[in-house]
Amino acid sequence: MTDALASSQPPVEVRGLVKRYSDLIAVAGVDLTVEVGDVYGYLGPNGAGKTTSLRMMLGLIRPTAGTVALFGRDPQASVRALDGVAGFVEAPTFYPYLTGRRNLELLAAFDGHGAPTRIDQALETVELSDRASDRVGGYSHGMKQRLGIAAALLRDPKLMILDEPATGLDPGGMRDMRVLIRRLAEQGMTVVLSSHVLPEVEELCNRVAIVQHGRIVYEGRIADLKRSAGTTYRLSTTDDQRAMAVCRAQHGIRDLRSDHDKICFTADEEAVATLSQALVEAGALIRALVPGTATLEDLFFSLTEGEDGARPVSEPEPVEVSR
Amino acid sequence: MKSPGVATVYRWELTKLRYQKRTYLGLGAAAAVPILFVVAIHFRHDRRGGDFAFASYLTKSGLAVPLVLLLFGAVWLFPLITALVAGDIFASEDHNGTLKTVLTRSLERGQIFGGKALAAATYAVAAIMLSGTVAVVAGSIQSGFNSLQSLSGTIVSAPKGLELVYLGLLVYLIPIAAIVCIGLMLSTITRNSAAAVVGTLMISLLIQLIGILPGLSGTQPYLLSTQFNAWQGLLRTPTDWAPIIHAAWVCACYGLPSLATAYLVFLRRDVAGG
Repeated sequence: MTDALASSQPPVEVRGLVKRYSDLIAVAGVDLTVEVGDVYGYLGPNGAGKTTSLRMMLGLIRPTAGTVALFGRDPQASVRALDGVAGFVEAPTFYPYLTGRRNLELLAAFDGHGAPTRIDQALETVELSDRASDRVGGYSHGMKQRLGIAAALLRDPKLMILDEPATGLDPGGMRDMRVLIRRLAEQGMTVVLSSHVLPEVEELCNRVAIVQHGRIVYEGRIADLKRSAGTTYRLSTTDDQRAMAVCRAQHGIRDLRSDHDKICFTADEEAVATLSQALVEAGALIRALVPGTATLEDLFFSLTEGEDGARPVSEPEPVEVSR
Repeated sequence: MKSPGVATVYRWELTKLRYQKRTYLGLGAAAAVPILFVVAIHFRHDRRGGDFAFASYLTKSGLAVPLVLLLFGAVWLFPLITALVAGDIFASEDHNGTLKTVLTRSLERGQIFGGKALAAATYAVAAIMLSGTVAVVAGSIQSGFNSLQSLSGTIVSAPKGLELVYLGLLVYLIPIAAIVCIGLMLSTITRNSAAAVVGTLMISLLIQLIGILPGLSGTQPYLLSTQFNAWQGLLRTPTDWAPIIHAAWVCACYGLPSLATAYLVFLRRDVAGG
């Protein structure tokens, strides 16, 4: 391991990252920090700037402004900054006319530093040993994704950057990929994971950054994001019209709306207790009051489909949550 | 363990070439054309030859075959064979998305460029040498391994003639190297294999066209196409080095800026898509 890797520098530190293509701003000032041991979800709708950001992190494209540091090193300055870093952007790509093993041999030769000795282990980890002698041109999409992980493992990475690793996989392949990423994280690897599969991110990641229109609209722990969103309730009463009026007048009831003969709102427990009493006093007896916790998917849509998705980093405003 | 470098990339580029069809397409053409040429000589009824250098010796010495091949191969055959790999070597990686795979390993872009450029040049050398060797063998089978008349009229023994043929092939590699550089440049700029291959050939043909346009004959000594005849200086007695030296600097004027452009584009470019 290099001295820089052994230092206390965070695996990824991005500050003011901008990428402009003529009039198009793909990335508009991204700041994020990935700490050691994070499984970090990088989320956003198509065209939000996720892949462009990841390309800049890996030194494939030059930022218009801002900096990227991987363990404190600039990937634009030298490829040495990628020591201990591996991954792929978009789909992993290989030479179709070479076998899986030959592709790994080529990449291991380009890595040096003991990478060739890790080929068998990497193939075994992604369960491709028995197909290693086949040409990659004949591989399924899922096998190529797994080979991409194997290629990354050759570098004995401390940081893995994976762009949509589950894209195009069938449910079994997605489950296998999830298991694999979890296993890598358990081994102490820091993982940056861009994904559209939000339940997967929720299951795997401890922290997320949500990007919209090239800007980060939230960065932080998923648990904090959920907590800040409050709990959503679905209310059914003997007199919903009167109950709606009571809710409107009640302090601490947010995001109030009617949904399929139910009243939905967000509130903390104290406000709900007060509301219950107010409803009884108003003669609207409670038939059902069902709490529901917002999923990451709910929060993602509220952040990215709200008013320009603009929210301060780490201080998410209350969001409308539906179940 | 030794750190990877240009030699690593070069070795793997050659390995990749071994697995690609276009490699065999080019090398196959380089080998087939002299054989077809000899077959045509065999079945030709008019044995007098044409009005080009060594034409009358085609039926007397097999060593004349590679020399005549060099004369005609310059028009499109060798530029095309050269462009097949030089024009493709960066563009296909771009198209297939494998460039981003190799650029996120432990090699600097300059090292990758160096290995690829060397591999493209090696392929061109292999194609020219293969074509020349096949021409010597096929020509000798058809017309015998006999002495040859030089361009100055002196008789050159068969062994000496063979030596001159291979020296001629080496000199022929000077303009071929310039074609390689142009191919590499188009490969990095266009990021499109077909455009780079065809573009390289078109540039070669356009330069030849300039040479035959009325009023532009003064440009002849400085055209890349003219340098393909520099090897003929070796077939004079005494050896005329002037066209060879001239070819070296003229080709450098074509090749080096192209190579530098390719290098800088590759070094600075964004690798998106693919």
